Amino acid sequence: MENLIALLIAAPLLGAVVLLCGGRRLDKAGHWLGTLFAAVSFGIGVALFIDMLGRSADDRTMFQRLYTWIPVEGFQADMAFQLDQLSLTFVLLISGVGTLIHIYSIGYMEHDERRRRFFGYLNLFVAAMLLLVLADNYLLLYFGWEGVGLASYLLIGFWQHKPSAATAAKKAFLVNRVGDIGLSIAIMLMFTTFGTFAFGPVFGAVGQASEGKLTAIGLMLLLAACGKSAQVPLQSWLGDAMEGPTPVSALIHAATMVTAGVYLIVRSAAIFNGAPDAQLVVTVVGAVTLLFGAIVGCAKDDIKKALAGSTMSQIGYMILAAGLGPIGYVFAIMHLVTHGFFKAGLFLGAGSVMHGMNDEVDMRRYGGLRTYMPITFVTFGLGYLAIIGFPGLSGFFSKDKIIEAAFAKGGTEGWILGGVALLGAAITAFYMTRVMLLTFFGEKRWQPDAEGHAPHPHESPKSMTFPMIVLAFGSVFAGGFFSIGDRFVDWLEPVTGEAHGNPPISALTVTLSTMVVLVIGVAIAWGMYGRKPVPVVAPRGSLLTRAARRDLYQDDFNHVVLVRGGEHLTRSLVYVDHSLVDGVVNGTAASVGGLSGRLRKLQNGYARSYAVSMFGGTAILIAATLLMRAV
Amino acid sequence: MNPVNYLYLAALLFTIGAAGVLVRKNAIVLFMCIELMLNACNLAFVAFSRMHGNLDGQIIAFFTMVVAAAEVVVGLAIIVSLFRTRHSASVDDASLMKL
Amino acid sequence: MNFPLLTVTAAVPAVGAILTAAVPASRRTAAKWLALLFSLATLALAVLVAVRFEPGGDRYQLTESHAWIKDFGVRYELGVDGIGVALIALTALLIPFVIGAGWNDADPLETNSSRWRPTQGFFALILMVEAMVIISFEATDVFLFYVFFEAMLIPMYFLIGGFGDRAHSGTDENAAAQRSYAAVKFLLYNLVGGLIMLAAVIGLYVVAGNFSLQEITAARAAGTLDMATNTERLLFLGFFFAFAVKAPLWPLHTWLPNAMGEATAPVAVLITAVVDKVGTFAMLRFCLGLFPDASKWATPVILVLALISIVYGALLAVGQRDIKRLVAYASISHFGFIILGIFAMTSQGQSGATLYMVNHGISTAALMLVAGFLISRRGSRLIADYGGVQKVAPVLAGTFLIGGLATLSLPGLAPFVSEFLVLVGTFARYPVVGIIATVGIVLAALYTLVLYQRTMTGPVKEEVSGMRDLRLREVLVVAPLIALLIALGVYPQPLTTIVNPAVEHTMSDVKQTDPKPEVAVEAKNGEAAK
Repeated sequence: MENLIALLIAAPLLGAVVLLCGGRRLDKAGHWLGTLFAAVSFGIGVALFIDMLGRSADDRTMFQRLYTWIPVEGFQADMAFQLDQLSLTFVLLISGVGTLIHIYSIGYMEHDERRRRFFGYLNLFVAAMLLLVLADNYLLLYFGWEGVGLASYLLIGFWQHKPSAATAAKKAFLVNRVGDIGLSIAIMLMFTTFGTFAFGPVFGAVGQASEGKLTAIGLMLLLAACGKSAQVPLQSWLGDAMEGPTPVSALIHAATMVTAGVYLIVRSAAIFNGAPDAQLVVTVVGAVTLLFGAIVGCAKDDIKKALAGSTMSQIGYMILAAGLGPIGYVFAIMHLVTHGFFKAGLFLGAGSVMHGMNDEVDMRRYGGLRTYMPITFVTFGLGYLAIIGFPGLSGFFSKDKIIEAAFAKGGTEGWILGGVALLGAAITAFYMTRVMLLTFFGEKRWQPDAEGHAPHPHESPKSMTFPMIVLAFGSVFAGGFFSIGDRFVDWLEPVTGEAHGNPPISALTVTLSTMVVLVIGVAIAWGMYGRKPVPVVAPRGSLLTRAARRDLYQDDFNHVVLVRGGEHLTRSLVYVDHSLVDGVVNGTAASVGGLSGRLRKLQNGYARSYAVSMFGGTAILIAATLLMRAV
Repeated sequence: MNPVNYLYLAALLFTIGAAGVLVRKNAIVLFMCIELMLNACNLAFVAFSRMHGNLDGQIIAFFTMVVAAAEVVVGLAIIVSLFRTRHSASVDDASLMKL
Repeated sequence: MNFPLLTVTAAVPAVGAILTAAVPASRRTAAKWLALLFSLATLALAVLVAVRFEPGGDRYQLTESHAWIKDFGVRYELGVDGIGVALIALTALLIPFVIGAGWNDADPLETNSSRWRPTQGFFALILMVEAMVIISFEATDVFLFYVFFEAMLIPMYFLIGGFGDRAHSGTDENAAAQRSYAAVKFLLYNLVGGLIMLAAVIGLYVVAGNFSLQEITAARAAGTLDMATNTERLLFLGFFFAFAVKAPLWPLHTWLPNAMGEATAPVAVLITAVVDKVGTFAMLRFCLGLFPDASKWATPVILVLALISIVYGALLAVGQRDIKRLVAYASISHFGFIILGIFAMTSQGQSGATLYMVNHGISTAALMLVAGFLISRRGSRLIADYGGVQKVAPVLAGTFLIGGLATLSLPGLAPFVSEFLVLVGTFARYPVVGIIATVGIVLAALYTLVLYQRTMTGPVKEEVSGMRDLRLREVLVVAPLIALLIALGVYPQPLTTIVNPAVEHTMSDVKQTDPKPEVAVEAKNGEAAK
């Protein structure tokens, strides 16, 4: 079975190569081919899953070593894969949701003349993401890490004729690169500390390393995670990334790629367990982002940007859980999987709405769509119930556990983290209810688009509704399925380690208070957007609303400090290079020229002046000789 | 007589010659001044020869005379041809070789 | 009698140059094909060199040795180590692409037939440069190396000054003036460097009594040849200065943007991908081998200069308005990485630096040649004159993007391997330097993506709308380079096998060992577990 691991990656990679190099001949069949290659990968994943279930719990890890990638004295990076419960969970999520979104894109991108290339990029993404989760060492993980970054860059900027899309793509890549510095420094630190960066040997030797080193490695890994998972302070790219086609937002910027940071932290559990300080920073980053994303999500009128804020916030939950240590790892991953279902479903629903509304994204111009798009309404509604944590649905099980684990951290930290998580749940309920009400309820506030076409909302084709239905099923049942009998915990525990905390308050209290804040959040939203008509043009809003609309001024800060500052710096450097560095050389040349010009004047052609200089020179020589003698 | 006095005489003659080279414009006079300097040197050589008691200085003096004669031949020829083209024997008129 | 393979490898392009130059003026196309043929023959010979070279064998292989100037102990001595083999292969590999890309660059202008632009001369000069570069990679006699190191300047001078980029703003006279300024600047910088090196070469002869690299290195290693500390340092500086000018290292870099901007794209590739590599190669072979103690003495200063090169070059690349000058500044940044790797004095750093030389050659060639195709279509080098090219010429845009991604060291493409090795090797000995150097990674992404965004994306500009996509000849030039970038990115073993033993020798020259990891991991157990 081990030999199948490479095939998981090879199938979509082959798809990408075929589709991108195939030329126009493949335009007609390209989308089917792309979907097929993703489905093949999912099929192999399922086969491996069944095989793994048949083994005993401690014999489930598989390795496949292809060849040595970079063999240099003392530095060995292998092209080798490791498949354990954690990576297999991701494999199934990536290839499964990936295949569904391929199917969805067939309908969504039908009228795009570059559809073949879109599918090529999607396949490239799936391959890179699978490489990321299957790598057995950090350098290969880095390969996949940047690979998904590239795919994300290509897909965000897919509609390149729009300058905003091209800028958003560039921004995403650059911010991610800042995070990548963290990953590369972490790898270098591992290399100098352990002499290797393969998972097995590093985790085995963690006990012998100093805590300072582990903390440094942990913080650098966190920086990488912040970049990829859009956590504060590197979160600014995610909102702009919504410029990409909606299936991309669903697959890459909701379900899979942005959760890579969570994977990285959980995968490096051994390192973080040895570095409590780093763990504390992780939880703080998670908690801050959780609130940040939620607040931003409340103010956005663009349906995709509201969902993007929500994604940020939910990943904040996961990072928070991952920072809690062994007690949280499992629930971070569980929330990641359920979130993969419902958030992908929500994005696909949003795409379906946009599809029917002439690509309008402003929720204030929706309204009353539930009768026009029944399937979209129901699937979106189920996703909504799941994300706010309605009892019995997926989000309820996973989020509740995280809040519990946060309280169980103990001490003041536990109370603060738990409180923040609870507050986040309330805000989640508020902004998601707002999205729901603005889109599907209330009166019609439809506006004609730029060319004057009035929208004719209609249900999307089957290729689009089918994935939404499947994901809705996941949103409803996945959480319950995972939680009953602690299935998911048992499945992952061999990888993440076992731990039980002692919450200061009982699990029931946590659940009840979650329910209370949920009701409060929904009620406030109902009061603001359900009871009274919603203006088409957004009101000025309070100071906080305006700040949240502008992503809490983070972009403005970046713009002033980094963009403007950088422009001034480069411009002055160009000047320095031209006039100072080059000027020194040119100045030397000019002064040599000037000097020789002066010296030339001495050659005046009068024999007498030459004679004077001769006599003068002789006199000086003689005088010097005599002086030397005297001394 | 003290041979050092010959050296004083040679220095005097040399200085007269040098001053002549520097102040006079006429090429012929210039030439004569140069000859004067050469002969001052010759006198010094011979005086040294006498002081040190060997013949080296006298031999050098003969060499100098030969070279001076050759120089006069070439130099006078140049001055004559210069005079023919410019109708003047002033050295300041012959300053064309500068850049 | 052994077959003198190295001499023949260098002689073939030289002969090709003479024959190409002799082709009658009316038979231009014949001259082009002849040049291409000879460059391909050289490539075949270079492959043969690589095949005959045994990685585990002697340090210098395929050696040849003949007396040249007996009185001064100058010998015609050739020999290659792994680093030499890799760079000879790179040179021989790139020249056919340079010729292919410059196929029409030296055709006489129809509108202005009085201008003297003989096609024959262009291709002959390129082959001449190739011959000289190859022999400087082979020479193990310091004097022989010096002769060709300097002689290279002559054909390069004519290539830069005589065959400029036709895309320029302003009048023809203006462009010609800028071109000759660039050519003279190139010549002067490198001549000054070369003259200082000549003094050091003579000084070395006075101290050592011969010019043989192998003998002197062996004597230095065995301790039989002592140099006074100051003498060694002065000689080192003399050599290093010349190589730093050629490499180019900040602040001796300003000739490169001018030369690369004014020359045609293929010649720009020749400068940065081939000729400049002689500088970094020579640092590794001559500076470290001949003056190990002085090298260690100078390391802190050189590391700082290399760091400045990395960051400064990248920042200036961001600020450029001219596509070719942007690539030139990016190269300066990359040369900073190479020098960093060489002087970090760890085996990862030096292997990385050697791989970097090869990979940078290929990636810059890909990016610069595509940029050249782009520029020749629109007739402008200014970034602002482009926009939306991706829409009208997707293949051109795609290849340009891949070249750019290689420049920013994306994993999966060859430069990543080398850049990461350099960073790790530097970090192992000088953590702070390594961390600052990683900033270069972000800046590289910035200038590459900004360039791509401004030229390729956005609304289609009117002047661009009629642009043709790549022709077959152009695809044939670019596709193999891209294939090579990917191949060496995922499977660099063929290169590392050749380079690793050579790096070990260099490490023992400077008597350095790699820093040991803090925690001794029993890696073998981990391996066995798999």
